[in-house]
Amino acid sequence: MKIAVCIKQVPSTNEVHMDPVTNTIIRDGKQSVTNPFDTYALEQAVQIKDHLGGEVIALSMGIPATERLLRDATSRGADRSLLLSDRSFAGADTLATSYTLSLGIRELGGVDLILCGKMAVDGDTAQIGPELAEQLGLPHVTDVLAIDAIDEQTVLCRKATDNGYQRLKVTLPALLTVVKDLNMPRMSSLPGILYSLDSPFESKTAADLSADPARIGLNGSPTQVVRTYVPQRIREAIVLEGDESQLAEDILNIYSEVI
Amino acid sequence: MTGLKIHQDKCVGCGLCVKTCAADALAIQNKKAVVNEACFLCGMCLDSCPFKAISIEKQAAPKEDLSAYHGIWIYAEQQQGKILQVAYELLGKGQELAKQKGCKLTALLFGNDVANEAQSLIAYGADEVLLCEHPLLDTQIGENYIDLFDQLIQERKPEILLFGATGFGRSIAPRIAARRQTGLTADCTILEIDPVKGLLNQTRPAFGGNLMATIICPNHRPQMATVRPGIMQVQPCDVTHTGEIIRVDYPDQDASKTASIELLEQVIAAHVNTIVDADIIISAGKGIGSQKNMELVKRLAELMGGVVGVSRPLVDIGWSEYQNQVGQTGSTVSPKLLITFGISGAIQHLAGIGGAKTIIAVNTDPEAPIFSVAHYKVVADCVEILKHMIANLEALPENGLLIEESKDKLS
Ligand SMILES: Cc1cc2nc3c(=O)[nH]c(=O)nc-3n(C[C@H](O)[C@H](O)[C@H](O)COP(=O)(O)OP(=O)(O)OC[C@H]3O[C@@H](n4cnc5c(N)ncnc54)[C@H](O)[C@@H]3O)c2cc1C
Ligand SMILES: Cc1cc2nc3c(=O)[nH]c(=O)nc-3n(C[C@H](O)[C@H](O)[C@H](O)COP(=O)(O)OP(=O)(O)OC[C@H]3O[C@@H](n4cnc5c(N)ncnc54)[C@H](O)[C@@H]3O)c2cc1C
Ligand code: SF4
Ligand code: SF4
Repeated sequence: MKIAVCIKQVPSTNEVHMDPVTNTIIRDGKQSVTNPFDTYALEQAVQIKDHLGGEVIALSMGIPATERLLRDATSRGADRSLLLSDRSFAGADTLATSYTLSLGIRELGGVDLILCGKMAVDGDTAQIGPELAEQLGLPHVTDVLAIDAIDEQTVLCRKATDNGYQRLKVTLPALLTVVKDLNMPRMSSLPGILYSLDSPFESKTAADLSADPARIGLNGSPTQVVRTYVPQRIREAIVLEGDESQLAEDILNIYSEVI
Repeated sequence: MTGLKIHQDKCVGCGLCVKTCAADALAIQNKKAVVNEACFLCGMCLDSCPFKAISIEKQAAPKEDLSAYHGIWIYAEQQQGKILQVAYELLGKGQELAKQKGCKLTALLFGNDVANEAQSLIAYGADEVLLCEHPLLDTQIGENYIDLFDQLIQERKPEILLFGATGFGRSIAPRIAARRQTGLTADCTILEIDPVKGLLNQTRPAFGGNLMATIICPNHRPQMATVRPGIMQVQPCDVTHTGEIIRVDYPDQDASKTASIELLEQVIAAHVNTIVDADIIISAGKGIGSQKNMELVKRLAELMGGVVGVSRPLVDIGWSEYQNQVGQTGSTVSPKLLITFGISGAIQHLAGIGGAKTIIAVNTDPEAPIFSVAHYKVVADCVEILKHMIANLEALPENGLLIEESKDKLS
């Protein structure tokens, strides 16, 4: 079984502040980490490999520094990694990102299963998984919370829905996006870390992938961010006062008013 | 040339943009901002420059003729023959947008036996309903819907297409966008028509709610967005509103594609008990102090006819289950009433409660961030408040005090 895990580099915190004097956005947390959901996808892939044999490849589109996170993935059970990195990939929206990733998957060849995180904690769209599946013409299932059985041809999985779950039988090759409760990601082991230091790593450019220049990066992105701002959350709350029994009564009065 | 451009005539070298960039791609040299190769064109610095000295230049897209695209479509998602609330919300918003654009509002109703729901979509504002009934549309297997959407878009060319940002909507909309090679904005909370360009301005939270981004899709059609449930206003039902119901055929499906995903079982949790569509949520955070106090929270929820919500730490330490978690990595909720007990209001938590109509927050710390979004502020010990509320409610006749009293009399 050949499994590709899509890994995104994200900022270590989501904190965004508004400079009160200049009214501009200030972002902290310049250190990058692996998108938390992707660590569950990786762990799932490694568990499947442990069970069926095969190979796990960590795949990312990102800046050259993403190599560090891909090597980290190989210290946690991935066999090798592929980075798609090129100046011309910059500014990609989800359509251009998923097109680029689809070239990476084609480059790997013969992939049976693609695992993605449910969403990235920065961009937050949860669109890459389904769009990548479409670009490859594969079936997909989002929000997978458990894999009940898997063999070379099919996977039986459980998908979280808004009000319950579905049990699905999916014919491979296919793409799944995973939620967080699926497993407990392992820590890197010492042999894992040693392996990762010179684990096979490749970086490919747009030219290496014969990418269509009109479909990558900023030029290949139909959406355009025209404005960003920090939301104003300030609301003057009505302060309730009194002793605890008075407060409890006041709350219950509001309850009967609004319901 | 594609890329970030700093306009030398406008830049004064103030350095504000340098602070904004998370990639360390900007620096000041000789009193002017310069950009290096670390820039990944995220666009964050654009609004940081008070002098409008930064722009992102994009190669002009080959002009496709977009004038053939007309009308606003909303997908009226249904489950087991019942239209979801978010569809009515989309109709509410859609009416406003259609009025501004002077175009028709169309609802898409797909299912197996759903025709009798079409009229209510019209009463809530649809000028037209595209109805497709087919056994393959009976269950929510996204795969079975894509060709149908694709065919209708190609034939009828809508200018705007909106989905509810439900689990199902967020699974199929990206596939349809990728099939049509158009843009899709995720989980929008504000939609407006730009009065000058006529484009749809789609505003959404990103970075876990820390940042709002307004996104447009200027050169591709349809302009697509998923819209967060519980935000848009439903317009009053108008039974005199007329509309046309048009039946459309289910496309010939490539058999192998529909066979690639098979539904073995669908489990739907008892409807009233999910936090996502609860009207009343009683939420607890770490300030609750101990696991045994969770019983008080459950009891209060029961007495008030609500459900329990929690912050993430309570799930992490096992005092509650993931289904109850509210926030960025849990559920987004939009109850009529939310009462929070001992929740600080971390940004990741606030990301999930923006849709609550009334928020009452109880916290011992008067400076807790939760108070900046609450409608009512209660600075007090949450356990005491819980106990008093429970006592007050249990004292109500319908909640059994009479039984207690009569027991007393008997003994
Ligand atoms: C403020 C802001 C708002 C944005 N809003 C939109 C929008 O509404 N629509 C839109 O089309 N684009 C949007 N973008 C652009 C979007 O964030 C990027 O295209 C990003 O590269 C991928 O989207 P995501 O972070 O939402 O990923 P998601 O779709 O949330 O990620 C899901 C999974 O896909 C995989 N994945 C995602 N990116 C990569 C990668 N680079 N390499 C490998 N695997 C990956 C991971 O497994 C990840 O867990 C926005 C960007 C910003 C800064
Ligand atoms: C990537 C990421 C995703 C996350 N996703 C989520 C998410 O989806 N949902 C979520 O909730 N969190 C999420 N978090 C965690 C979040 O950052 C906070 O840590 C969390 O919300 C805090 O929970 P809390 O308010 O219960 O606890 P705390 O922040 O510890 O707050 C406890 C509060 O209780 C008050 N208090 C103490 N004693 C009493 C008393 N006796 N009576 C009344 N008040 C009292 C205190 O003043 C304090 O304000 C996420 C974090 C990260 C990094
Ligand atoms: S576009 Fe983004 S990465 Fe580039 S300089 Fe501006 S903030 Fe930095
Ligand atoms: S914020 Fe604007 S004016 Fe200030 S240094 Fe940056 S580009 Fe120049």
